[in-house]
Amino acid sequence: MTPPSASKRTARKTAARSKAKNGVKEKTAPKRSGKAGNMSVIKIGQMNKWYGDFHVLRDINLEVYEGERIVICGPSGSGKSTLIRCINRLEVHHKGCIIVNNTELTSDLKNLETIRKNVGMVFQSFNLFPHLTVLENCTLGPIWVHKMPQAEAEALAMEYLERVRIPEQAGKYPGQLSGGQQQRVAIARSLCMKPNIMLFDEPTSALDPEMIKEVLDTMIELAETGMTMLVVTHEMGFANKVADRVIFMDEGQIVEQNEPEAFFNNPQSDRTKSFLSQILGH
Amino acid sequence: MAPQRSQSARGYVAKVSLPALPPPIGTSGLIGWLRQNLFYNLTNSLMTIFTVVLLWLLVSSASGWFVIDAVMQAGSKQECLKIDSGACWAVIGKRIEQFMFGFYPEAERWRPLVCFLLLFVAIGPLLLPSFPARRQMLWFSAIYPVLTGVLLLGGAFGLPPVKTALFGGFMLTLIVGVTGIAASLPLGILLALGRQSKLLAVRTLSVMFIEFMRGVPLITLLFVASTMLNYFLPPGTHFDLLLRVLIMVTFFSAAYIAEVIRGGLQAIPAGQYEAAQSIGLNYWQTTRLVTLPQALKISIPGIVNTFIGLYKDTTLVIVIGLLDPLGIGRAALADANWNGLSNEIYLFVALFFFVSCFAMSRYSLWLEKRLATEHR
Ligand SMILES: Nc1ncnc2c1ncn2[C@@H]1O[C@H](COP(=O)(O)OP(=O)(O)O)[C@@H](O)[C@H]1O
Ligand SMILES: [Mg+2]
Repeated sequence: MTPPSASKRTARKTAARSKAKNGVKEKTAPKRSGKAGNMSVIKIGQMNKWYGDFHVLRDINLEVYEGERIVICGPSGSGKSTLIRCINRLEVHHKGCIIVNNTELTSDLKNLETIRKNVGMVFQSFNLFPHLTVLENCTLGPIWVHKMPQAEAEALAMEYLERVRIPEQAGKYPGQLSGGQQQRVAIARSLCMKPNIMLFDEPTSALDPEMIKEVLDTMIELAETGMTMLVVTHEMGFANKVADRVIFMDEGQIVEQNEPEAFFNNPQSDRTKSFLSQILGH
Repeated sequence: MAPQRSQSARGYVAKVSLPALPPPIGTSGLIGWLRQNLFYNLTNSLMTIFTVVLLWLLVSSASGWFVIDAVMQAGSKQECLKIDSGACWAVIGKRIEQFMFGFYPEAERWRPLVCFLLLFVAIGPLLLPSFPARRQMLWFSAIYPVLTGVLLLGGAFGLPPVKTALFGGFMLTLIVGVTGIAASLPLGILLALGRQSKLLAVRTLSVMFIEFMRGVPLITLLFVASTMLNYFLPPGTHFDLLLRVLIMVTFFSAAYIAEVIRGGLQAIPAGQYEAAQSIGLNYWQTTRLVTLPQALKISIPGIVNTFIGLYKDTTLVIVIGLLDPLGIGRAALADANWNGLSNEIYLFVALFFFVSCFAMSRYSLWLEKRLATEHR
């Protein structure tokens, strides 16, 4: 039983691949694992955003290819969260353009709907729905957004709960789980929507050290499936292992981006150097 | 100087794995409960004894007038006094039908009675998730208001019509109270959402409505309903007084409910809205499935508080000439036979209100417990 959206996406993926083979698009992004495709799924051009008078994002340009894993780091307040929240329009940008899955983000609600269906997001504070069980948290989207029958949605949810290794918690409420378990449920909840892009905003920052690993492992497994991922994190081990590109942001700008090895071993800008020395220094 | 014990506790490690033992005697079970709750320490014990003595004094002194010396059957106050010195409950017995139905025609009183019994069938599935065949029964809940309207008013299906001016007593209290409660909750929710809306026009209208309704005493609104509304309506239109009262009471209570629910909505973290949006839910889905259920849950005490207030405020309809239980009581007091029995009559009316309100209060506590999912 494959939900219709999934089969559609597979079709689109294959189409993209053949398109790439024909050399329609030039590959420009650095890639390491060879898993990243050549179709651009996110394209941000000259994007600017303000909070009132505060210029929070300045001339952001970024292109993300299908299957790419991008780690975004930078000092607190540099606009990392704002940037990825603009990608699924939890925040509205004011200048420039953001194109996700070939759809430009505008105030058009139809576009917004399609984009939110295909872009999953995981938050620092999990944001599970406390009045619903773990299973209900996961089936809510499929049932109401994809109009999936309940039984099918539950089967799908169990599949993803198994993938994040907590099927036995399905009947519990989020308040009864540990932080690490809650974050894995949050990942499963997003995956149940069958997105092709996943955004993570400091997914491990609210966790105790022993739980960080279980969440990172889940994310590594997800990366291995070829999911396009944008991850805001300071877990440099994760960046090193998984990322195709590391982006460094400071004061609302992308200051540096490179493959992880080059980024960590040979940072170019002074701000990157001082940031890296701060987080790796101890 | 450090005591000897701390010397040996230093560097202590468990050498064997210890089995779990039962708790010491007196910390669990009945004795444990008594100790924990009634005789925890000297102050607690004194308070317990004081309370017991107070309760005993109260019960022993009141039981004489209320029960032991009370008269259940008599033809007038004079007869009561001849029989015994306590309460003259006979007046209630004589007037009970009026207390229940007001001046509803005697031959038709089965109609409100049927409505009353069906009320439980209608609210049962709404209030209790374990109600048998709940889904089907909810359909009955949905048609119940229409059914009641037809039954009470008549004029259809061969039922003789009955004027609302004849409605009275507890029946009137229930009609105004239950309608007000049932209608003000959805209206209050819409107003609360409206007040938080991004659309300026919706927000302004909601705020104006809420502030106006809250800023005016209910009595004033009832007067407006009974007299002033005529000036605004085209001449010759008939607009039933009871219906006007129902609308005013609903609006008044909806304004309070809206504010209670707004408080609940504001307690929902922004992350809940964001998470709901990020999985693609639209505004109404987010509200209905994610934020409103949580907001309502937090608001239960405030909502029930408002409902209890509304229910008791239904007695205010007396000022525009409707015969609520207090009005019936007054009529009974005006009867030469029962002159001067205000204690009995007002206590009886008080008991009716207390039972209803206490039931609401208990239900809300039960609901809060059932909905508690935070086990931190
Ligand atoms: N809703 C908001 N209103 C005003 N300022 C905000 C808002 N959200 C974030 N900011 C400000 O924007 C800047 C960037 O925030 P954020 O994107 O959260 O940074 P980061 O995630 O990199 O720590 C910070 O200075 C923050 O104070
Ligand atoms: Mg942040």
